[in-house]
Amino acid sequence: MSLAVFFVIAVVAVLSALGLVLRRNPIHGALFLVVNLGCVAVLYLLLGAEFLALAQVIIYAGAIMVLFVFAIMVLIPGKEETGPDPLRSQRLLALPLGALLLFEIGLILHSRVFTAAPAPPPPAGAGGIESVGRLLLRDYLFPFEVTSVLLLAALVGVLALAKRRVG
Amino acid sequence: MMVPESYYTALSAILFTIGVVGVLVRRNPLVIFMSIELMLNAANLALVAFGHRAGTADAQVLVFFVMTVAAAEVAVGLAILVAIFRLRRRLSVDELSIMRW
Repeated sequence: MSLAVFFVIAVVAVLSALGLVLRRNPIHGALFLVVNLGCVAVLYLLLGAEFLALAQVIIYAGAIMVLFVFAIMVLIPGKEETGPDPLRSQRLLALPLGALLLFEIGLILHSRVFTAAPAPPPPAGAGGIESVGRLLLRDYLFPFEVTSVLLLAALVGVLALAKRRVG
Repeated sequence: MMVPESYYTALSAILFTIGVVGVLVRRNPLVIFMSIELMLNAANLALVAFGHRAGTADAQVLVFFVMTVAAAEVAVGLAILVAIFRLRRRLSVDELSIMRW
């Protein structure tokens, strides 16, 4: 059952990722990316990571993609990719290089991951939301607090960058 | 029927490669940003799969931190794009060579 769910979701994820790369309109790309992030959230659920699935939907598919769509509306792009391509020969290299990268990753995975003995089933509740909360607020408390400083720094930086210069 | 972790890592490798090709092929900086998000997401998926295999929740905490850093990165990156757009009225990444001597 979960195998069938995995394959359906995997096909949708790969197709939406291809749609993001191939469609010319950035709004379509943003919507394809939302589909892809939702698919990955379902995969997190399959892996037993409920907290991450919820955070994925709220942070990525909610907040970040709203920011993207807002930026697309403000910047009105779309004319960048219509004219002649000055770097066409370099761009044609991208596909064989991508295939080579996939081949290399597959080679490493094949030698290290696929051949390893299957792990014993984890104890019940090992990766659940309770243990995540315990880790996040006890063992990783300092990085958790540093994250708030990082977000504050990003907030101040964005305000400084986007502010209109007066005179 | 459990899904083997190797399937998740294979899917993550495919998504990551699509993201790399997107960064290399596209000229619109917004689409390049979205391709970077795709790559981050693929790496997150591999992390969660490995954490599932190890049977601990540490990988999930790491993915949570990656998500917050990605949110900060997107906000700053889009602000830089808006600033560039105000200055040049264009957005093609091939023309942004003022930092190159």
